[in-house]
Amino acid sequence: MESFLQQLINGISLGSIYALVALGYTMVYGVLRLINFAHGDVYMLGAYFGYYLSRAVQGKTPSHILDAAVVMLLSMIGCALVGMVMERLAYRPVRKASRLTLLIIAIGVSLLIENAGQLFFGADPKFFPQLIPETHVQMGGLMVTNQQLIVLFTALALMILLNLFIYRSRTGKAMRAVSFNLDAAKLMGINTDRIIALTFALGSALAAAGGILVSINIPGIDPLMGVMTGLKAFVAAVLGGIGNIFGAVLGGLILGLAEVMVAGYGSSTYRDAIAFLILIVILLFKPSGILGKGQVEKV
Amino acid sequence: MFLSNMKSLRTGIIPVLAMVLLAGLSACNKKDAGSADNEILIGHYGSLTGATATFGQSAQKGIEMAVDAINASGGVLGKKLKVLVEDDQGNPIEAQTAVTKLINKDRVVAVLGEIASSNSLAAAPVAQQNRIPMISPGSTNPKVTAVGDYIFRVCFIDPFQGLVMAKFATNTLKLKNVAVLRDIKSDYSVGLANFFVENFTKMGGTIVTDISYSQGDKDFTAQLTAIKAKNPDGIFVPGYYTEVGLLARQARKLGIKVTLLGGDGWDSSKLWEIGGDALNGCYYSNHYSVDDPSPILQKFVADYKAKYKGTSDSIPDAMAALGYDAALILADAMKRANSTRPDSVRDALAQTKGFMGVTGNTTLDENRNAVKPAVVLEVVVDAKGNGKNVFKETVSP
Repeated sequence: MESFLQQLINGISLGSIYALVALGYTMVYGVLRLINFAHGDVYMLGAYFGYYLSRAVQGKTPSHILDAAVVMLLSMIGCALVGMVMERLAYRPVRKASRLTLLIIAIGVSLLIENAGQLFFGADPKFFPQLIPETHVQMGGLMVTNQQLIVLFTALALMILLNLFIYRSRTGKAMRAVSFNLDAAKLMGINTDRIIALTFALGSALAAAGGILVSINIPGIDPLMGVMTGLKAFVAAVLGGIGNIFGAVLGGLILGLAEVMVAGYGSSTYRDAIAFLILIVILLFKPSGILGKGQVEKV
Repeated sequence: MFLSNMKSLRTGIIPVLAMVLLAGLSACNKKDAGSADNEILIGHYGSLTGATATFGQSAQKGIEMAVDAINASGGVLGKKLKVLVEDDQGNPIEAQTAVTKLINKDRVVAVLGEIASSNSLAAAPVAQQNRIPMISPGSTNPKVTAVGDYIFRVCFIDPFQGLVMAKFATNTLKLKNVAVLRDIKSDYSVGLANFFVENFTKMGGTIVTDISYSQGDKDFTAQLTAIKAKNPDGIFVPGYYTEVGLLARQARKLGIKVTLLGGDGWDSSKLWEIGGDALNGCYYSNHYSVDDPSPILQKFVADYKAKYKGTSDSIPDAMAALGYDAALILADAMKRANSTRPDSVRDALAQTKGFMGVTGNTTLDENRNAVKPAVVLEVVVDAKGNGKNVFKETVSP
């Protein structure tokens, strides 16, 4: 029982990262019907920005938490810019082209970032600095570290903030309008180019947060770290219903739990397989995903 | 009509002839560069980048040092040795490509590499088919040299390494219940885990659980939680340093305090950079220890430190020492064969007996493997994250 609860915690902390990355996939899909395959690589860039920023910032602010907050904020801004540049240079010029063209361009952008990353950052794994010294929190027989808790609560807080932004703000409303019908939104006087750029910026910032939160917990980063995480987050988004933000969170958590349970109780050889098995099953039986109904509001 | 045809024929034929001539000339040139020059070309393929980057980098440093020393003392058969390096990124497919290029394009007479067994296993068939001798400095999986009679290694093999750690766990650490966590993607890890399990159970120990991860994994909490529930008094993790470092950290986070044990795949200065003080009091088997007082070894360590002062790894790890020995043994075989013909070099290599290198006395057996003692090292990391290996014991075959 104790071990099961521990696995539950492991699964939720893994799943919350998938959820953060899946949100970016789902938001971009919501407004453009584009699966941005370079999204996993933005997650990697976030971790690397964090790596270089940490070395500059660490110890210069009064507390460790502040260190981490500054690093995370700057890195999120950095990735938001990357997201906007990516949209402006790679996707906007071909927005009217077929969806297949966009998809192929997305794969190209992804390969470009991965290989440029290996060139600039080096292909060997780097050790992410310990921003927050680790302390153990014992809860009964369960072992949780302060880092795990910070990761979990930050992820949760970001998801709540995103939700408030999308459903309570004017810009969020505009974003929802664009996701319903781009042309109609344009006729209503919404600057759709700006909204789309903003969507990319937000999604990328969340991916950056995911990258840093993972690195706080698991301090090894490399230029290809976004490949598998990106794919799994994509599965999570499809599982929850792509285009639906609650779906992305739900899909991320389910996937994280499924993976940990398979590795913990079954055979860890099938750990990666389970994600793709889920993808196949969901595409066969409910292609729109768990929450992906026609009526649900898309972002 | 006829004239114009002739003309077009001539204009057509002359460039073609010129091209054929040029191609022929350049082919001749290339051949000359490979053989008649004052150089003997040997190849080294290794992981200069990627998750096992320090293996290839260290081996390359060792090989470089050996080649410099050989050339400084007159070279081999009156010629200088020249090493061409190819990076395989620690990837078996790239390793195969690298060796194909070294043999077919660069026309090397012998290849050195790899450390990771999966990469050696992927590349060895290429060397074997082309009948070019290959010496692996540090691949310990028995299958590597079984590929064919052109494949050699200068280190011990995993059946022995598994025995060493099983003995150490049983006799020195008095462990009874051990969990095994192997890297399912690595031939080295799977092989070594099997040999450890076999020997440890034979000595009366119990394997409480035997589970796996995949190279490249970052999150090991699920496996570690499952291991924790079995309450072992030690965990055998025969993986490579990047995963072992991350895994050690996560084990301590989950409150697992028992000793971790491993093999020579741990040997890298990156191990403690990644794992930090989570690795304190953990042990692994290795090919040599820098603390060994033997004069030949201490001279090597001093020379290495002087040559690579200021680089990130100025203390030679086992891969550097094995790379050094592999290059020296190859040069020695060429001298004994009095030729650089691959088949003569192969025959001379197979006769290697009692070669005194920095990793000890190397004699190649009928399976082209070296029979050598192993050492057990303890990892000690201070509060600042500076680590070192402390010599515990030597086990002879």
